[in-house]
Amino acid sequence: MSNRRVRTAMVLGLAAAAVAVPFLFGPYRVGQFTLVLVYAVAVLGLNLLVGYSGQISLGHGAFFALGAYTAALLIEKASVPHLLSVPAAGVVCFAAGFLFGVPALRLHGLYLALVTLGLAIALPQLIKRFDGLTEGTQGLTVDQPVAPGWLGLADDQFLYLLSLALAAVMFLLAWNMTRGQLGRAVRAVRDREIAASTLGVNLAATKTRVFAVSAAYAGVAGAMYVFAIGFVAPEAFTLTISFAFLAAIVVGGLATISGALFGALFIEFVPVYASDVDVALTGVIYGGVLIAFMWLLPEGAAGLPRRLRALAARRHRAAEEKTQEGRLTQREGVA
Amino acid sequence: MSLLEVEGLRAAYGQVRVLEGIDFSIERGRRVAMLGPNGAGKTTVLRALSGMVKTTGRLEFDGDSLAGRATADIARRGVAHVPEGRGTFPTLTVEENLRLGAYVRGDGGAVREDVRRVFGWFPRLEERRRIQSGSLSGGEQQMLAVSRALMLRPRLLMLDEPSLGLAPIVTKELFRVLGEICDEQGMTVLLVEQNANLALDFADHAYVLESGRIALEGEADRIKGDDEVRRSYMGY
Amino acid sequence: MERFIQVLVDGIATGSIYAAVALALVLIFRSTGIVNFAQGEMAMFSTFVAWGLYEAGLPLGLAVLTTLALSFVAGMVIERVLIRHFEGGDVLTLVIVTLGLFILLNSLAGWIWGFGNRGFPSLFSDDTVVVGGVTLSVESLGIVAVLLGVVGLLFLLFQRTKVGLAMRAAALNPDSSALVGVRVGHMLMLGWGLAAVLGALAGVLVAPRLFLDVNLMGAVLIYAFAAAALGGFDSPIGAVVGGWVIGVSENLAGTYVDFIGADLKILVPLVIIFVVLLFRPAGLFGTREVARA
Repeated sequence: MSNRRVRTAMVLGLAAAAVAVPFLFGPYRVGQFTLVLVYAVAVLGLNLLVGYSGQISLGHGAFFALGAYTAALLIEKASVPHLLSVPAAGVVCFAAGFLFGVPALRLHGLYLALVTLGLAIALPQLIKRFDGLTEGTQGLTVDQPVAPGWLGLADDQFLYLLSLALAAVMFLLAWNMTRGQLGRAVRAVRDREIAASTLGVNLAATKTRVFAVSAAYAGVAGAMYVFAIGFVAPEAFTLTISFAFLAAIVVGGLATISGALFGALFIEFVPVYASDVDVALTGVIYGGVLIAFMWLLPEGAAGLPRRLRALAARRHRAAEEKTQEGRLTQREGVA
Repeated sequence: MSLLEVEGLRAAYGQVRVLEGIDFSIERGRRVAMLGPNGAGKTTVLRALSGMVKTTGRLEFDGDSLAGRATADIARRGVAHVPEGRGTFPTLTVEENLRLGAYVRGDGGAVREDVRRVFGWFPRLEERRRIQSGSLSGGEQQMLAVSRALMLRPRLLMLDEPSLGLAPIVTKELFRVLGEICDEQGMTVLLVEQNANLALDFADHAYVLESGRIALEGEADRIKGDDEVRRSYMGY
Repeated sequence: MERFIQVLVDGIATGSIYAAVALALVLIFRSTGIVNFAQGEMAMFSTFVAWGLYEAGLPLGLAVLTTLALSFVAGMVIERVLIRHFEGGDVLTLVIVTLGLFILLNSLAGWIWGFGNRGFPSLFSDDTVVVGGVTLSVESLGIVAVLLGVVGLLFLLFQRTKVGLAMRAAALNPDSSALVGVRVGHMLMLGWGLAAVLGALAGVLVAPRLFLDVNLMGAVLIYAFAAAALGGFDSPIGAVVGGWVIGVSENLAGTYVDFIGADLKILVPLVIIFVVLLFRPAGLFGTREVARA
């Protein structure tokens, strides 16, 4: 079977499994899988930024928070219908990402990391400060979407399928983007900045656009988070969530769309099991995983097949060379 | 036994093979020049000896193998390498550069002696001893680079294109002083140079490199005096 | 007027702590070109070790000295075992690795010593002393004195010793350094060891004022980043001046300016970082041009 057919089959299989989830598990598990979908969208956005365009952000938790609060406030205080809050969150975060990106993306590497880290720290504090609007540390309870009667689904099942639909849309958009003009421009920027600019790719604009798009993804994920949890508070959006997203892209794999799913699964389930053993264990695992993956698998879990194939190819070549040498000496002996 | 013995030296940068099997040796106290056109691999020979590039072949310095050793180790054995681009530290002062040259030595008093001697050879360096070396002229920087190497009290002095970027008058003066110093010290020298004329005047023995192989070798006087050889290998 | 001088001196004291961590950051940045995001957590871990030794019965001074020695070794080990593998590689990889170290150390400390907070004894007495008619705390003066002492020692090390010269050379040009026989790897280890000591020192100086818990150095690190950015990431003088400027401004603002409440306080160094990196990336005293995107 050709590579493409294998992949299509896998995607279809995955889709079928995903749809089946709410009917196979109880509400608690389904809720966890819903969160996986939420994180997957945020991680996808970060992946687009880091993996495809080679920039760093340690602060995507901030955009996640911004999207969540935008959705929460629109639903609770402005009575906006649930579904509308999703694109609203996306647009707000796109704008915020753009505004932040214009100055920030003039910095490189380390300094961009530092500045985005600052963003992640600043936002929860700002949320607390403007508690007149945001209800501060108390948090804001939000009505969650309710399953329409005619579907015959339980609320948790409906929430999951709604999140699945939203996630699917976001994944499709990302897939389309990476194959289209923006995707090509972005890869050009990542691989050879100088060459890209001679080809007419506007470096600054491209970078800012990608940053804004990835912020929008985090924002949409934030809105999905509000649907899933029904409550927002600054404590949910500390540095921890930004670090979790980072761990997710490291584990899942940079520059892959499927990696976002791996990563999201990792950051949703590992803390649950780890904290059963010890509260501190999650952090030890995150930290250890980040280091171990950078050491052994810089491309993350999704890079594993490629690595194994490369390893196999190298072994094959070495074996071939050995046989060649053997043949040569044989010939010399005869001569 | 020669001070330096090289046999079957092969070197590559990634997939690009630069040296295809070089053999040469240097006796104690002798000066050897390595000549040849750009890209022939002359600099690579020095880099190979300093452990800066991956090589195969036999590299023996005073009976010890240099193959696979780290650059710092090789320097500690008394091989002083003045690289292309001089290897001085532009933001450090002249004096600091010299002190660094003597880094591996433990004899503080003798180091101070040597600094004074360097200033004797190159009074201009003494005038600028506390100035950042980056603001020296090209010729002065080259003097500093050579002095830095001499501070090691090396057993083998390797120079990579010392005349590069220098005005002819400066180069002549540099080589004159260099010749005096090397005479005084009985220094063993391996000189890589584009300026074949100067090199052949300075050296006792010469090798001509071409495309990673030794095309010609012989006593420097003989090569200099042989018009045909000069024309075909050195273009003049 | 007296109040103003007290606020000033306290600000310089706090600033000295920021300066110590900033110096550690600068040391590592100069030698390995990395910003060590884990510097604060390393310092926090060291402070816990000091606390542990003190609780085990060691007199405070000895506990601190032992901790400094242990931190030196730990810094060297971290460079040799972990960081060395990634040196010369991708910036992003190193950022992730030091962040991983940050998270790891934070949780490890929590695992070993728990997440609650506790007090930490001060190296200085509670007393005040009158200088030129102004009442100043011994602790503040002590902290400033320690920093000045450390800066003096570092100056002597780098400007007057062979090792210091070699460290400077290795940071400037590893290849040329190797040619004179400098073992660059050893110099890197020394740099990380020294940085760890500076961090540990900052930790034990600041712990008496805040409470000792795993998040002790979180905010301090941000302030230290701001100090290093302001001073210039490759300038030790910049680290000290930057630290003092930020310490003093923080204190002055806290005392005399009202609308920056406790919540927004951390925004001040963050904004400073952002603004400095944008408009003058080399900071006040830095020499290298920050690579622009």
